Amino acid sequence: MANAAEGPAAKGGFRVWLNKRLPVDEFVQNQLVGYYAPKNFNVWYFFGSLALVVFVIQIVTGIFLTMNYKPGALTAFDSVEYIMREVEWGWLIRYMHSTGASMFFIVVYLHMYRALMYGSYKAPRELLWLIGMFTYLALMAEAFFGYVLPWGNMSFWGAQVIVNLFGTIPGIGPGLVEWIRGDYGIADATLNRFFALHVIALPLALALLIVLHLVALRQNGSNNPDGVEIKSKLGANGKPLDGIPFHPYYTLKDLVGIGVFLIGFAIVVFFVPTFGGLFLEKPNFEPANALSTPEHIAPVWYFTPYYAILRAVPDQRLGALLMGLAVLAFLFLPWLDRSPVKSTRYRGWIWKLALAVFTVSFLALMYLGLMPAEGLYVTLARIFTTAYFAFFVLMPFYTRIDPVKAVPERVTYHA
Amino acid sequence: MAEISVTDDQEVDQSRRRFLTAATVATGVVGTGFAITPFIKSWQPSERARALGAPVEVDLTKVEPGQMVIVSWRKQAIYIVHRTPAMVAALPKNDSNLKDPTSADSDQPAYAKNEMRSIKPDYLVLIGICTHLGCLPKQHFERGDAALGADWPGGFFCPCHGSRFDLAGRVMSGSPASKNLRVPPYEFQGDTLVIGVDPQQKGVA
Amino acid sequence: MRKLAIIVTALALAAPATFAAGGEGAAPWKQWHAGNELGDRASLQRGVRNFMNYCAGCHSLKYVRYQRIGNDLGISDDVMKANLVPPGAKITDYVLTAMPEGLANASFGIVPPDLSLITRSKGTDYVYRFLKTFYADPAAATGTNNLALAGTAMPHVLSDLQGVQHAVFGKDGKFEQFEAGVSGQYTPAQYDAFVRDTVNFLEYAGEPAKLSRATIGVWVVLYLLLFTAIAWLLKQEYWKDVH
Repeated sequence: MANAAEGPAAKGGFRVWLNKRLPVDEFVQNQLVGYYAPKNFNVWYFFGSLALVVFVIQIVTGIFLTMNYKPGALTAFDSVEYIMREVEWGWLIRYMHSTGASMFFIVVYLHMYRALMYGSYKAPRELLWLIGMFTYLALMAEAFFGYVLPWGNMSFWGAQVIVNLFGTIPGIGPGLVEWIRGDYGIADATLNRFFALHVIALPLALALLIVLHLVALRQNGSNNPDGVEIKSKLGANGKPLDGIPFHPYYTLKDLVGIGVFLIGFAIVVFFVPTFGGLFLEKPNFEPANALSTPEHIAPVWYFTPYYAILRAVPDQRLGALLMGLAVLAFLFLPWLDRSPVKSTRYRGWIWKLALAVFTVSFLALMYLGLMPAEGLYVTLARIFTTAYFAFFVLMPFYTRIDPVKAVPERVTYHA
Repeated sequence: MAEISVTDDQEVDQSRRRFLTAATVATGVVGTGFAITPFIKSWQPSERARALGAPVEVDLTKVEPGQMVIVSWRKQAIYIVHRTPAMVAALPKNDSNLKDPTSADSDQPAYAKNEMRSIKPDYLVLIGICTHLGCLPKQHFERGDAALGADWPGGFFCPCHGSRFDLAGRVMSGSPASKNLRVPPYEFQGDTLVIGVDPQQKGVA
Repeated sequence: MRKLAIIVTALALAAPATFAAGGEGAAPWKQWHAGNELGDRASLQRGVRNFMNYCAGCHSLKYVRYQRIGNDLGISDDVMKANLVPPGAKITDYVLTAMPEGLANASFGIVPPDLSLITRSKGTDYVYRFLKTFYADPAAATGTNNLALAGTAMPHVLSDLQGVQHAVFGKDGKFEQFEAGVSGQYTPAQYDAFVRDTVNFLEYAGEPAKLSRATIGVWVVLYLLLFTAIAWLLKQEYWKDVH
């Protein structure tokens, strides 16, 4: 490893020339070698870097799909089949992109759940959490627009349902829906503007938000499974006693995580790209048809928790409102959580119960959103919707009375 | 930094670290190579492009002597000239005024590398793209064409930069182009001319 | 923490299981599975022949080219041209039907759907069941009806092979069983094989890349296992520093 004190000056030639003009060594030194991360990261800490990997996969495969995809109501569906059949390796690029969409959400949900378990949203990381949440919102929009592009029958009717949600806004609703569509129904104009948003606007927004997220992360450093601030115990060299240089320790650890992730990714892409209709839905292999709604219409699995909430409410406007609130509720976590302790490890049984109930509710709603809205499913969706919101609404109360344990001074780590 | 010993060299097996680093990098580079291959290959002509570039058939019974037809093969104009016996007979007279009379430095299938630049003297088949900068040369088959001078032997004239070619597609001295017009692979199936197939190999070019 | 994880997992797994139970005993034909083998090239070759002879008159495969079929299924261009490419079509053409849409509308009241993606949108089992559950129905304009797609406008074009079976319905209108009717050229086993080959070909037509995708996947996963193992050794080596 390069000793920082020698610096670029000690090395000759191109490196000196380069660093006078572009602070490459300084960047590596500050951001990787000199950046100290807690040494007690567990498996939950892989998902941040994995989200970045999936983002890169989506950008690269997306660029190549754009080379053959043709937006337009008459051309979109055919051009996707053209990619799948006639472009050399087009099927692989398309499957990587469609699998990447679902993988993005798997990774991001686990990343968010990690924050929930270890209180990573709590002070001083509220903004880090908020920026992350905005990234999640942008990702949802990005995924929705992307889902419309193949112009299959689920694309069409998914767009129809989601766009009509805006119609529930009092007063401006109907006009707003027409403005979003640019026509009197989901049409060519809608597809083209969604294409523009999907390939340019939202990727740019996502890239910017990701950079902001990383800058905010560097400001206070990572939280860790013990929820201990490592910066409060510094060693003689001014570095945290419980911290280790991000490079090489976490770059190498993340590399292993990426390897494991890519194995799972490849298994889906090559062996089960539709994932039993969860990642690519059967009715979407039929072209968009404005005269025929698929028998059973549900969004892709990553939206189904919110979709289940929408359907659980017997009032249209209230349902749409609750659905929106279910997403936005996460924004308020840093202020709803009044516990003096960050990590679930040192929290009491009340928090653990609440977290367990929330986890089950989220997964159950995810499942229920995939099922038809009838009979027992609706009843259950109502129960879990109530539990979902109770987790947030009651949080200021139960986190205050939760019997927490003493937090250790130093992180727990067993080599 | 008590918890990490950024250790003395004797404690750490540096050679093992170097070896594993090299192994990881090497494996990663190989994998990256494999990973980018599909993306590079996706720029190859697709099956649709190849299907559209499939051999083109032309019914020669409809091409009168002295007449030229133009068909499109692989996005290129293909000139098919039914040369009259007089045209064929006049070709050797041009040799002294040509840059490459034997087509030694020009591009054509072996079976068209002859003075007629064709399989049958009657039929000339050319890719109608000027070897200078890619314009379409125009047909000026009449000897002594008014626009091209009394010594014009009949052939093609490129309007872009003035390259001149004779009725075998051979470039004339003084033209900016340096090579003869290219000949595509083709074969005869009875009265049908098939462009895009070599007669010898029976394969698609 | 670990206990919590176990509880959460258990609850999450238990939840769907409780809903999944129930559902009445489905009719036997709904349990039929196509059971086709994409790796069986001879079956695929029989399937394309079946398709061209019996289906292609009305149904297109508008995303599939004759030549691609030949290349993928090991049929030479000459054999394709002689036996499977209809007169007037080129081997590089898509598999389109000769039937004009207007005539189709007049004959069936509907344009027969393109079948390029039928196995992807409906599944192989559906196509298999559809082709096996035609039964005599004097009330239908075509003289036959279908269990998988009730009221289908499609006539039983395979009746000379399968014959025409009768369906027995209970008092509640529920299907009970098939009974032999007019017999066809094929025994039930032969007809079953015929349908399976045809479905096999249609599955291939739905996703030609499927023939090679899994084979490539094995190599990719093997490579990734190797890479991950080496990266892990390297990580372990460096993490010796961390105590």
